[in-house]
Amino acid sequence: MDLSAINPVLLVASLMVAATPILLAAIGELVVEKAGVLNLGVEGMMITGAICGFAVAVETGSPLMGFVGAAAGGAGLSLLFVALTQYALANQVASGLSLTLFGLGLSALIGQRYVGERPPPAQRLDLPVLSDLPVVGRILFSHDLMVYVGLALVVAVWAMLKFTRAGLILRAVGENHEAAHALGYKVRRIRILAILFGGACAGMGGAYISLLRVPQWVDGMTAGTGWIALALVVFASWKPGRVLLGAYLFGGVTVLQLNLQAAGLAIPVEYLSMSPYLITILVLVIMSSHRSGAPASLGRTFHASQ
Amino acid sequence: MSQSLLSIRGLTKAYPGVVANDDVSFEIGKGEVHALLGENGAGKSTLVKMIYGLVKPDAGEMVLDGRSYVPAEPSMARQLGVAMVFQHFSLFDALNVAENIALGMENPPRPRDLAGRIREVSELYGLPLDPFRTVGDLSAGERQRVEIVRCLLQDPKLLIMDEPTSVLTPQEVEILFRTLMKLRDEGTAILYISHKLEEIRALCDGATILRLGKKVGTCVPKETTARAMAEMMVGSELHTPSREAKAPGAVRLALKGLSVKSPGEFGTSLKGISLEVRAGEVLGLAGVAGNGQDELLGALSGEILSAPAMVEFDGTPVGGMGPMARRRLGLLTGPEERLGHAAAPDMSLTENALLTGAERRGLMSNGFLKWGKARSFAEEVIARFDVRTPGPEVAARALSGGNLQKFVIGREVMQNPQVLVVNQPTWGVDAAAAATIRQAILDLAAGGTAVIVISQDLDELMEISDRFAALNEGRLSDIRPAQGLTVDEIGLMMGGSHGMEVAHV
Amino acid sequence: MLKLEKRRQPSQVWAYLAPVVAVVATMVAGGLLFAFLGKDPLLAIRTIFWDPLFGEFAFYYRPQMLVKGAPLVLIAIGLSLGFRAGIWNIGAEGQYIMGAIAGAGVALAFYPLEAWWLFPLMVICGALGGCLWAMIPAALRVIFGTNEILVSLMLVYVAEQFLASVSLGLLKNPEGYGFPGSRNLQQYPSAHNAELIAGSGMHWGVVAALIAVIMAYILLNRHLLGFQIRLTGEAPRAARFAGVKPKQLVLLCMGLAGALAGMAGLFEVAGPSGRISIDFNAGYGFTAIIVAFLGRLHPVGILLAGLLMALTYIGGEIAQSSMGLSSSAIQVFQGMLLFFLLMVDVLTNYRLKLAKAETA
Repeated sequence: MDLSAINPVLLVASLMVAATPILLAAIGELVVEKAGVLNLGVEGMMITGAICGFAVAVETGSPLMGFVGAAAGGAGLSLLFVALTQYALANQVASGLSLTLFGLGLSALIGQRYVGERPPPAQRLDLPVLSDLPVVGRILFSHDLMVYVGLALVVAVWAMLKFTRAGLILRAVGENHEAAHALGYKVRRIRILAILFGGACAGMGGAYISLLRVPQWVDGMTAGTGWIALALVVFASWKPGRVLLGAYLFGGVTVLQLNLQAAGLAIPVEYLSMSPYLITILVLVIMSSHRSGAPASLGRTFHASQ
Repeated sequence: MSQSLLSIRGLTKAYPGVVANDDVSFEIGKGEVHALLGENGAGKSTLVKMIYGLVKPDAGEMVLDGRSYVPAEPSMARQLGVAMVFQHFSLFDALNVAENIALGMENPPRPRDLAGRIREVSELYGLPLDPFRTVGDLSAGERQRVEIVRCLLQDPKLLIMDEPTSVLTPQEVEILFRTLMKLRDEGTAILYISHKLEEIRALCDGATILRLGKKVGTCVPKETTARAMAEMMVGSELHTPSREAKAPGAVRLALKGLSVKSPGEFGTSLKGISLEVRAGEVLGLAGVAGNGQDELLGALSGEILSAPAMVEFDGTPVGGMGPMARRRLGLLTGPEERLGHAAAPDMSLTENALLTGAERRGLMSNGFLKWGKARSFAEEVIARFDVRTPGPEVAARALSGGNLQKFVIGREVMQNPQVLVVNQPTWGVDAAAAATIRQAILDLAAGGTAVIVISQDLDELMEISDRFAALNEGRLSDIRPAQGLTVDEIGLMMGGSHGMEVAHV
Repeated sequence: MLKLEKRRQPSQVWAYLAPVVAVVATMVAGGLLFAFLGKDPLLAIRTIFWDPLFGEFAFYYRPQMLVKGAPLVLIAIGLSLGFRAGIWNIGAEGQYIMGAIAGAGVALAFYPLEAWWLFPLMVICGALGGCLWAMIPAALRVIFGTNEILVSLMLVYVAEQFLASVSLGLLKNPEGYGFPGSRNLQQYPSAHNAELIAGSGMHWGVVAALIAVIMAYILLNRHLLGFQIRLTGEAPRAARFAGVKPKQLVLLCMGLAGALAGMAGLFEVAGPSGRISIDFNAGYGFTAIIVAFLGRLHPVGILLAGLLMALTYIGGEIAQSSMGLSSSAIQVFQGMLLFFLLMVDVLTNYRLKLAKAETA
């Protein structure tokens, strides 16, 4: 085993890259859950976004268009969730599962034509001076655009929830939908917007995997990232800042175990591959003792009856 | 009276199976306190929801300040000067007072300015509030203040109040009334919804009485007796429960320093409650909502466990036993919430009869259920308590509130309890059903059962209790004989005015 | 504008009709999908739903219905108990894998033993393996209140990695020329879950599935425990009031579901599949979720839904070879089925009404 092969600067830099898909999906789901909706279909929306983004990027030759397509794909799939939970008033857990099962099949179907293709490479940020700084430059200033988009989204969501009236209304709807309705807020409309935002974020997160992380198309390539994103929202106690922290933590674990695999650690590969999932479970257990912060209406169906 | 502020003409609203409002018309003058009076299910709520823009009328029209008034949604109603304080508060527990108030305003000022305004207005009207406290931690009275201040900040022309006193102690009611009168003197009209007649006589200038969705009369409350109003409301003579005085027997249930933590995040923990109930007596426990009633019922039903010796049944410690074991002994309970707690909404009455009756009524053997016997038990309850339903196969949620309440109370009564504890047994129930339920409780006591009735309805408690106490923030007041207690004394037992003060003029 | 209006009580008619409507809607939508893919929709639907039962080679495909249906029914029955009580075990796939590994592991440990008791022991170990794996999320939920949905799902990925690990290591066939995968249990007589009647598709797993259906029916309709499970799902607070112990119920439902999924895995590895390999699991654990809902969480419904779903698997394979319809199209098709079912299910509790636009 050769641990010296692991370069700490590269490790931190690649941690930010590894964390981005989870970060994108989790910040979207956070907004959805803040509105009182539990969408367990993140995995399905991610994989749909992954293939839509891949297909659009290959067809147009533009990674940027790919991400737009991925957002549209994820949001499009989340429309099914909207139909189920906001119009047909179906159970949110079952609906989320159906979204994931459907998304996995759909992505495989679309993906058949793209197996073996390579997506157009994405541009890295290349700021003169800044990107050339030692250590800091490599870690902070030489990533692809989406890394910064993810960070910007976290800041935007945080500010929106904390300082704006829209954020206040969103939280109110998630906290007590009956009261929000009684005050005249459009519970359903607000939730639909939140779900679509969550879908778009998850879609971009998926496309980040297929366009930049891997980059090629493989069936089921999100491999549970969507579920980890869901766990991350719980870990973060529904706070955007902690989503960022959590995503980097998971990113760190992923990168570290890959590095250890490459370094030829004496632990079998399978056990290293298990680690992100096991750590997710561990984190869920630790967080479950103090779970305050969950929106009070989370997962409950709303029907304005009278 | 002064000129008309809001005129309602022929409002009609039908829901499947019921006409909630049928051609209702009345007028509210500027600066008038107008009562809307009626039993549960008379259509009061639907009517005010139409005025507040939450529900659209099928027919009829409204005129506000001389202009046609068609509120498409609540925000429009608020803009035009109509504000509403809800019966079940439209508040958000996890948000703070200022955020809650901002949500109810059309164009809230900046957060810092809003906090100042809240302090100012709340002090002026004797309803002090800290803008930065989390609403979930407030008492019921304080939560109502949040709602009222939210309305006042918008200088409403018309303030709608839906059953505002059901969560207040008598002293708090007095303070509220002074606030309302101050508002009236400033020219605000108030539409006051209640079924408490004495309150209406004390406060209101005019009254409209609804029964089964129709307007059945108007009156000037100060010149009408409570009895006359009640008869207009109910449409028939009132039946008052009767009982014979009897010497109480041995102690059946004893609580010894019962302290348990509330399972809910914003619940009230019980702190050192001690009491005894004897065979044949009714102990009435008053208290404003949220002072530990649910927790006390849970600690007695076995849903919340305590140290075994804290709850004694016939001298046996039962604090550590679950609901089934306690039922086996004869300690039965009836929770406040009918749908979802006392009964499963989507299950049939037969299944709901089984829910608590399985063991005492022999509805199963070795864990295998006897559906035939369960069905006949349900039929017995339906017959004896005059539950209006097509049959025992109907889902619980299809019954009206009063009928379901008769069913769930009847289910416990017909299991021959040694001790029966009920929470809000007649809440939201029409007068006839309430009388049936109270009579059944009294008959049970006459037969030697020890009964605890927890209720927020003081009139009810005075009518049926032998002894009386009040819950206040999870503590129990002294227990005193019910006879001869004055309203002031009761109010003090309930915790007085919870730090409210009289309006600064 | 269409409006939903809550029924006074759930509609019996729609409770039965909803799955049928969902199937029909899925056929229509699926047909459109197949047409979009350039296949003849009618031919595709016929190939999937008709040929396996009544086509030229039906004699071969009909037994396959039992082979594919049995694990689905077995797993779905277990899941349905939990789903009814609001306990969401979605990690049956992992429990299926662990059951198979535990059961096959026992057999391989005794290789090449000839004994009548080996197979029953394998069944017990398979059930135990699945049960213990399901007990992890159950115990975490009971002790710490951890969300069982996420934990049970995470454990699927862990189980898949573990499967890969044993296929390459512990259980690898020593005479397999270095290829991954275990010995073939079909060639190990006392461990083989052979067909009970040759050519019928009937193996012990089918028997177990039928027993599970009957037991679940009795449990849910005749026994206090089943009543408590239903009560907990419909009104959790009323359940506690009635005296249900929620923690015990979580352990019981998850444990049972895990045991049944584990048994399904064992019957599969000892029978149709034959050996532990990296890609041993075929997604039955997830498809069973669809089966459970499509069967409306009712034992008899699950039996029918399991057979229907088996039909789409087999029909899908036929369509794949004869029409070049991709296997993922079938996966989409199955996903649609759940989607439409949840969509139509609203009509059980609500009725559609034409109404004027109203503030919602």
